[in-house]
Amino acid sequence: MIQLILKRLFTYIPVLLVVVIITFLMIHAAPGGPFDAERVASPEIIEKLNEAYNLDKPIHVQIYNYLFNAIQGDFGPSFKYPGRTVTELIMSGLPTTIELAIYSILFAIFLGVISGLVASLNPGKILDIVPMSISLLGICIPSIILGPVLVLIFGIWYEVLPVYGWGDNPGDKILPTITLGTAYAAIFARLTRGGMLEILGQDYIRTARAKGLSEIRIVIVHALRGGILPVISFLGPAIAGLLAGSFVVETIFQINGVGRFYVQAAFNRDYTMILGTSILFTFMTLTFVLISDIVASFLNPTLRDSGGLE
Amino acid sequence: MHWLIIFFLFLAGCSGNTDQKSKVDLYTEQGILLLGNGTEPSGIDPHIVTGVPEHKILLALLEGLVIFNPQNNGVLPGVASEWMISEDGLTYTFIFNPEAKWTNGESVKPEHFVYSWKRILSPELGAQYADMLYVIKNAESFHKGQIKDFSMVGVSIFENKLVVTLENPTPYFLNILTHYSTWPVHPETVEKFGGMTSRNNKWTRVNNFIGNGPFKLDSWEINKSLKVSRNDFYWGNDLNKINGIEFLPIDNELTQDRLFRSGGIHLANTVPTEKIIRYREERPKELVEHNYFGTYYYRINTNKFPLNDVNFRKALSLSIDRDLIVKSILKGNQKVSYSFTPPDENSYNPNTKLEFNPVKAKLLFKQSGYDINNQPLEVLYNTSEGHQKIAQAIQEMWKKYLGLNVILTNVDWKVYLARETQGEFDISRAGWIGDYPDPFTFLDMMVTDRGNNKTGWSNAKYDEILNNAASKISTTKRYELYEEAEKILIDELPVIPLYTYTRTYLLSERVKNWQNNILDTNPYQFLSLE
Repeated sequence: MIQLILKRLFTYIPVLLVVVIITFLMIHAAPGGPFDAERVASPEIIEKLNEAYNLDKPIHVQIYNYLFNAIQGDFGPSFKYPGRTVTELIMSGLPTTIELAIYSILFAIFLGVISGLVASLNPGKILDIVPMSISLLGICIPSIILGPVLVLIFGIWYEVLPVYGWGDNPGDKILPTITLGTAYAAIFARLTRGGMLEILGQDYIRTARAKGLSEIRIVIVHALRGGILPVISFLGPAIAGLLAGSFVVETIFQINGVGRFYVQAAFNRDYTMILGTSILFTFMTLTFVLISDIVASFLNPTLRDSGGLE
Repeated sequence: MHWLIIFFLFLAGCSGNTDQKSKVDLYTEQGILLLGNGTEPSGIDPHIVTGVPEHKILLALLEGLVIFNPQNNGVLPGVASEWMISEDGLTYTFIFNPEAKWTNGESVKPEHFVYSWKRILSPELGAQYADMLYVIKNAESFHKGQIKDFSMVGVSIFENKLVVTLENPTPYFLNILTHYSTWPVHPETVEKFGGMTSRNNKWTRVNNFIGNGPFKLDSWEINKSLKVSRNDFYWGNDLNKINGIEFLPIDNELTQDRLFRSGGIHLANTVPTEKIIRYREERPKELVEHNYFGTYYYRINTNKFPLNDVNFRKALSLSIDRDLIVKSILKGNQKVSYSFTPPDENSYNPNTKLEFNPVKAKLLFKQSGYDINNQPLEVLYNTSEGHQKIAQAIQEMWKKYLGLNVILTNVDWKVYLARETQGEFDISRAGWIGDYPDPFTFLDMMVTDRGNNKTGWSNAKYDEILNNAASKISTTKRYELYEEAEKILIDELPVIPLYTYTRTYLLSERVKNWQNNILDTNPYQFLSLE
């Protein structure tokens, strides 16, 4: 197992390398540079600025320098925020983004698994159709629409929840959590329902029923353990997706997370910041998918035996 | 649904305090101002930053030789308690206020200004606002690396006074000194945390920052808040009634509006256009609308056919109904432009006209000989609903009155800037806010080959008039020359002015002594909270 994990970790290197190179080329191909401003600076100043940030060197030298420094943990200075390093800016927002992702995933699991359970116990009935239809809506509505709609309803019409910030006012974590978690809650609901329906049709459940066990005990103790497996194996990609997708929610609710830097950096042509955040999200995606694979292979002996980590 | 309620309560429990009093009420009692400040400041180094949010913060943390007078756009004593101007208008001698101190208790000395101005003019720093100091003798040559010896620049110390020699008599020199690019930095601190010309200097960090303004830096959480509190060493503390300020970086105007209405901030620095009318009717005392020293205009690429023809440009301008744009689209009390420089009834008020005359427009359009079946011209603007509405209206007007087809192209901010600078546009929307209250800040921009001209337009007479104006000490004489230049500009129209900006924002009635002025600047030490 350890060998397999190490092997997977080794694949990080080419993936990150490709991400850095492609991002580098793309940002340099985009029109406009970090020092373009409404009040145009003289060519002499632009030249000095390019020198100061090593942008006067050929692109392959810039990539080499960047990688050389990045390996040593130096992701360079931010162009937009002079005097601050990319690492420092990322670290200032990362805890909030992680907290947002944790609440959202808890919300998604809580709502998704319960809805999925209710639906699976009432197949074809109203208690199946309604939650599943809502979940389909949840999957379809992107957070960029759901967020403002929730703000409109709870923040502006009913004025019951704050629409700004994170941890500054009572209840300000509710709307961002729901906005980010809803799509995943919907997916979890459908996964739980599918998993449970499969398990509930198994012989051992029939045996448990024949033994006269209560329905609650059958569902909670016997069926849920197997039925929830698809949810667990989806957790890794879900957390990675939540982290990467948090920028929309952070922008809507003005949350000081790392996702906002991702968006702002692109608009500002803050080259080092774009690279830094891209590396971070790539790394996190790879890691959470790896963790999810490890957990899944522990829970599922078939996967483990066949080296499912590969 | 009960589990949802429990979950909400859990999340509510994870959040901050549960006090019922609004934040504005609480902070007013403590004498702390809560300001919605637009985007996160890119920094607080006065020689590096360039934006409005940064300016609002620096106004609290640093102080120049003079302070902007919010009542009449003039100046008040700052670090300099008094100053003398030589008869030829070329030499300014500043006497320092002995009570002017840094936040560490040290006195602010003329040497600090010499160091600071040398710093911003050092080419290695790459300061984008260094040209503000070009009025000083040899400053431009030093900045462009043509001279290496800073002692040749017109800044020196004589008997503990700061002596500044200018290239030309510049009657608005004192106004320039209200701009943050001329404000001082604490030399030892700058040297200690990175050196004079390092852009990655750490001197602006919370624990390192030493300023000389009415307030000192307490905390700075990126994308969350920047807090300052009263500087005990500030010379003007007897007047200062504000104990602290919290700057909140909120770039979404709807969020600011919500926060203002729920008592979360004293000032929302912008109002959503669609809400202006409602505020005017329902909460007129909180809605502030006043003239701003800025012009919204269309920039013409005069290097391209048919825009190189002055008749064609005139036809474009004559067929724009500016009144309609201001009244039906903007709705924010903006004023129709008749000149490039925003007029001021009490000082520079040029007698130029920009009329709406479709008949004359059609005639000039015909004279230009432009075939409307040619490939349509393009109007370029940066993505924004406001710019789009104006562009669509003008597109309609040109179609209706001239039969001219134009296509509208919106691109992101940096693409827009790059295309403008490289001349890859036909007509582009533009805006300019004056840096100091003098027409020169507008008119100088259109001089041949100025970086911000971007139109390719060049007029020798215009350049000569502005050059002449620079050597005039008399304001009246200077304004006369400016008006002459303004007439050339309006006659040739390399830029088509549309309207003069208005500042529209929301201000709590608890903030007192607020002054509406064209630079939208209110030094905080003159305000109070009740």
